[in-house]
Amino acid sequence: MPEVTVPIGPHHPALKEPVNFKVIADGEKIVRLELDLSYSHRGIEKAAEQRDFIRVLPLLERVCGICSHSHSTVFVKGIEEIMQVEIPPRAQYIRTIIAELERMHSHLLWLGVAAHEIGFNTLFMWTWRDRELVQDTLEEMSGNRVHYGMNEVGGVRCDLAPHQVSAALERLPFLEERIHQYTDMVNDQQTMLLRFKGVGKLSREEVLNYGAVGPTARASGVDYDVRRDDPYLAYADVPWNVVTDTNGDVYGRTCVRIGELHESVNIVRYCLENIPEGPVRINAPKIAPDGEIMSRYEAPRGELVHFIRTNGTNKVERIDIRTPTLANWTSVAMCLVNKNLADIPVIVAAIDPCLSCTSRITLINTPGGKPGIITFDELRKRRQISDKGRGLP
Amino acid sequence: MTGLLPGLVYIFLFPGFVFLVMYALFFEFIDRKITARMQNRVGPPFVQPFADFIKMLGKEVIDVEGVDRKVFDAAPVVALAAVMTAFLYIPVFMSSPFGFQGDLILVLYLLTIPTVILFLLGWMSRNIFSSIGGIRVITQMFIYEVPFFLALLTPALMAGTWSISEIVQWQQQNLWLMFLQPIGFIVALIGLQAKLERPPFDIPEAETEIVAGPWTELTGRRLALMHLVKDVSLVTGSALVAALFLGGPVLPWVITPFWLGMIAGFGLFVVKTLAVLLVLSSIKVATGRIRIDQLNTIGWKYIASAALFQVAIVLIINYRWVSP
Repeated sequence: MPEVTVPIGPHHPALKEPVNFKVIADGEKIVRLELDLSYSHRGIEKAAEQRDFIRVLPLLERVCGICSHSHSTVFVKGIEEIMQVEIPPRAQYIRTIIAELERMHSHLLWLGVAAHEIGFNTLFMWTWRDRELVQDTLEEMSGNRVHYGMNEVGGVRCDLAPHQVSAALERLPFLEERIHQYTDMVNDQQTMLLRFKGVGKLSREEVLNYGAVGPTARASGVDYDVRRDDPYLAYADVPWNVVTDTNGDVYGRTCVRIGELHESVNIVRYCLENIPEGPVRINAPKIAPDGEIMSRYEAPRGELVHFIRTNGTNKVERIDIRTPTLANWTSVAMCLVNKNLADIPVIVAAIDPCLSCTSRITLINTPGGKPGIITFDELRKRRQISDKGRGLP
Repeated sequence: MTGLLPGLVYIFLFPGFVFLVMYALFFEFIDRKITARMQNRVGPPFVQPFADFIKMLGKEVIDVEGVDRKVFDAAPVVALAAVMTAFLYIPVFMSSPFGFQGDLILVLYLLTIPTVILFLLGWMSRNIFSSIGGIRVITQMFIYEVPFFLALLTPALMAGTWSISEIVQWQQQNLWLMFLQPIGFIVALIGLQAKLERPPFDIPEAETEIVAGPWTELTGRRLALMHLVKDVSLVTGSALVAALFLGGPVLPWVITPFWLGMIAGFGLFVVKTLAVLLVLSSIKVATGRIRIDQLNTIGWKYIASAALFQVAIVLIINYRWVSP
C-alpha cells in the first residue's frame, strides 16, 4: 500500500485537546510523524505580568483545568521564597492535602482516559465514578471541584474544620479498596495487557536523553521525584515512597500511576491525622524584592517549573511556565515511529498530555502554506491594518 | 404454510419485516441498557433506539464530493435486504416455511453481504479514515469468517443435514448442540462478536483511532439504515446461534393445541436470543479493543485451530458411532 497521510487532530475524537499530528503511514505502520502544537496560545504569561500577586493567582490556577492547584502552589512557593516568609505548618499541610487529592483525581481521570483510548469503556466509567469521591472531598474543603482557589501568598485561604477532616477520612477506605481493584484489573485484564505491554517502550537512556519527567520517566526506572529530591510543603515530614517501574512501556506508566494513587491515599491520610494546630496564613508583604527563582513542583504529570523574576514591585517582571507535557513531548514523537497506527492514541495518552497548558507560541499558516513564528510587531501591524479596514482609529 | 397470503404475512409482518425492525431496535435498547447498567450508568429510555432511528431518517443527507450518489444510497438498502432475507430462514416460532436443504449456507452468505458493503462504503467515501476502516473491515472478515463458518457448519455435520430447521428438529430428539459441541459454540459466539464488530473486535470503527471508520461519511438515512443493518444482524446472528446450538424455538415434547406450541416456541425464541445477547454484551463490557495484528495472530492461531479441532471431533464421532 502506498504511504498515506492520516491527519489526527486538531479536531479528533481521540484527543480532546488542540494538537495536530500528520501521521505518514504505510498501511497500519507509522513511517514518520509531523507534530503541530500550539493551537491555543492564550498569552497567559504576558497577562500574569500585568497583575499583582493577589490577582495573579486565579489566573495561574487557570493555566490547567486539572493540575490547577499545582500551578498556584508552585508560584506562591517561589514568591514566598523570594520574600523570605515562612508560612505556618498548618497551611503547609493543607496545601499538601489538596495537592495529593488533586494527584488522585488526575490519575484516576488518566486511568479512565487510557482505558477509553483502547475502547475499554467500562473502566473509563468506573474510574470516573470513583473520581467523584475525590472531587466531593475537594468541594467540601474548598467550595470548588476544579479550581480550588486555596492558595494565597502567605498561606491558604480557608481552614479545615474537624467535620471536613473526618468526612475526608471516611471516604479513604472505600477509595483504597477501589484502587486495589484497579491494580488487579490492570494486571489481569487480557485486552489491557495486550494493548499496554511493550507499547511505547522507552529505555532509561532514552528517557534521560529526551528529558522526560514524571510518571513517564519513573516508569523507565528513573528514580526522580521533586517531592523527595527537593522537598517542599509537608513532604519531608510524611512517610512515603517514590514509585518506579522498570517496564518502560504504557503498562509501566499505568503501574506507576496506580502505585502513586496508593501513596497519595496514604499521604492524605497521614496529613489529615497529623495536621498541626495553628493559623493558616500570615500577612505577607505586598511587594517582592528584586530576585529570580526557579520554583519546582511535582505535578501529577511530572515536574512543573515556574521561572519567576521580580523587580521590587507587586507584580512579577517575568514568569515562564514549563509544563511537564512539554518535557514529555519529544519522547512521544520518538517512540511512535515504526509503531502501529492503532497505538497512537494510547501512546499519546500515556504521558497524560495537557496541551492547552503547554502552548507558549502561536504558529499561523502563512500564504505559502508553511508554518512559521509570528512576531509581536507583525501581529501589531496586522491588528492596525484590520482596525483601519473596519474604520476604527 | 401454503398459499400466497400466509407467505406474504410471514415475510412482511411477522416474523418478517415489521416485527424484525421492531425486535432489532428493541434488541439495541436491551444491549445499550445492559451495557449501561454494567458500567454503572443509567442507560437510555425504552424508546431511545426508535427515536434515534426516526430522527436520523429525517436528517439531511450530505453527499461526499465525487462519490456516486446512487451507489451510496443503494448500498445500505442492499445490506438491509440481505440480512432481512437471512432472517426468513431461521426458525422463529416453528420451522421456517421457506427452509430447504442448504439454507444454512445461504444464511451465512447473506450475513456476509453487510460486511462487504461496509467495506465498499468505506472505500468509496474518499476519506482517509473511511478507507483505513474499510481495509480493516475486509482484513477482519478474512480472519473471523473461516472459524465462524467452520463453527456453524459443525452442527450440520453432526445432524447430517444442511437445513437449519432440520438441525433444530435433530436437537429436539437429541441434545442441544451447545453441550455436544462446546468448542464450536464458543467459537461461534466469538465469530459472531467479530462479525458484528463489537468490542473487542470493533477495530474497523475504532473511535479513538480512525473516527468512525467506514461510517465516517454516512449521514441521514444512510446512517440510519446502516445502524438498522447492524441491529438486524445482531438479531439474525443471535437467532442463528440460538437455532444451531441452543435448540431453537422448540420444546423437547409436543404441545397441543398447535397455537399454544407456537406461542411457547416464540417465547423460547425471545428467551434464547436474549440469552445470546447477554453473553455478547458481557463480552463487550469486559474487554477493550485489540489491534488488527493481534486479532490476526489470535484468529488464525487459536480460534481457527479450535474450530478445525471441533470439526475433527465431529467427524470422528460421526465415523465411529453415527454412520454404520
